Amino acid sequence: MKILMKIGSFLSLVLTIVPSIIFFVGNLELSQMKGYMGIGMVLWFVTAPFWINKPSKSEQL
Amino acid sequence: MSNSFLKKVVGETNEYERTPIPSESLKGGKSFLGMYAGEHTAGTEFVIGPLFVAHGVSAGDLIFGLLIGNLLAVLSWGLITGPIAASKRLTLYYQLERIAGKNVVRWYNLVNSLMFCFLAGSMIAVSATAVGIPFDLEMPTLTDWLPRTPGWILTVLLMGGVITLVAIQGYSQVSKFANVMSPWMILVFFAAAIVGLAQLGVGSFESLISIAQEVIWNGVPLAGMSKFTIWHIIFFAWFCNMAMHIGMSDLTILRYAKSWTYGFHSFAGVFLGHFVAWIASGILYSVFLQADSDSQEFAPGAIAYETLGIAGAVCVIVAGWTTANPTIYRAGLALQAIFPKVSTWKITAIVGGITSLAACFPALVMKLLDFVALYGLLLMPMGAVIFADFYFSKKMGFQSEAALNSKSDFSIPALLSWVLTLVFCLGLNFFYGIEIFFLGLPGWFVAIAIFIVLSKIKYPLSKSLPL
Repeated sequence: MKILMKIGSFLSLVLTIVPSIIFFVGNLELSQMKGYMGIGMVLWFVTAPFWINKPSKSEQL
Repeated sequence: MSNSFLKKVVGETNEYERTPIPSESLKGGKSFLGMYAGEHTAGTEFVIGPLFVAHGVSAGDLIFGLLIGNLLAVLSWGLITGPIAASKRLTLYYQLERIAGKNVVRWYNLVNSLMFCFLAGSMIAVSATAVGIPFDLEMPTLTDWLPRTPGWILTVLLMGGVITLVAIQGYSQVSKFANVMSPWMILVFFAAAIVGLAQLGVGSFESLISIAQEVIWNGVPLAGMSKFTIWHIIFFAWFCNMAMHIGMSDLTILRYAKSWTYGFHSFAGVFLGHFVAWIASGILYSVFLQADSDSQEFAPGAIAYETLGIAGAVCVIVAGWTTANPTIYRAGLALQAIFPKVSTWKITAIVGGITSLAACFPALVMKLLDFVALYGLLLMPMGAVIFADFYFSKKMGFQSEAALNSKSDFSIPALLSWVLTLVFCLGLNFFYGIEIFFLGLPGWFVAIAIFIVLSKIKYPLSKSLPL
């Protein structure tokens, strides 16, 4: 399960950054890029919390 | 959430409050890299980059100023804060208490908590510029000091209320959430820069240079804004975290470092957050200005939404919220040290109320550069006191940790170093017109000099009690 979440998170980061690059080179409309980034955001929200488990700041303070 | 959970949260935060960190609790360098990268990619970055554009900094001044200023900041963490943290392994507050005494630390905590409130307030206001988009909220402008509409007041008060409730009950969860969000937020900043450049017509390296110099950072300040030079950028980048490095707040964090060199790991934060993110948010603002060059509106949420869609707006909300929330909590802890008998949740609620009221005033956002500089300046002298006590007490012949060793709750040298340094800085500003961004450096040396002279008079080594 954790590996699936990690794959999902990786995909979400791809969806966050790659559409902007494709938009930059002129192969994607702005509205499409915003849509992909939105999907990437949702994917990150639902996958990353399940495997990223860094020490909290409260533990560091 | 239950009281037991709250106690658990507070309990975790208070670990090793008055004892050095034991060796088994020390942390490796990786956790400091992650912490600094997350901590310095925050809601403030959505404001600072655009304000540089508004202040008419030129492209070359910005790039070289940020490179130099951020390098100086990393060196300050690495060479000034890190060695003392790794040697003493105490929190800032306890270290200061040993030198300055409990009564002086109380005043320090009061100033600290107020500054935290205002910082959190500015972040709530930044988040409100994104939350208000679906409600067509009238956004503040660059010259606004007071709220424009009742809708703005209602939005920030509601947000402040929610954030305060979460700060009361779930600091640990929010802190973890902030860590989880930081990789995504950093990529959103990168995406903002790429999309913004495309919208400004960059298609080659040559056009990047010309658009950066002639469009984005064209060296012309907006109406009503002062002109920034490379010196402003260097000193702002160096001292925007002055409270943390030469002000020694990060003793509390770096005391966990296995090696004194981990202060240098701050490069991950400053060169992502204070270089990439400031440049990216400046580009976003420039895109907004291209669409409406006469606009005085300054709304990071709306600007990010225009360029990046819902992901941009959510990024502004998350960045603002994850900065405001722990800041409110820390303000509560600082205030609780003054009123130890009042429960944590009551203190945090009071702090949240002050923060929410402060957030109603857009001046906190529009004057964020000045506020950040003031915040560092107010706390810096106590960092200088810790530095002088650590390095010069033996060499210059005065008692180290004088309050502890003389069993006093009040050290006059420490208090006067703080107050007289601020008076000196105020004088430089008032009589010579030196801007607030440049006062930290002379102030640091003055604070050290005052502390050494007064400590030699008040606590000479020959009269010291046995350690």
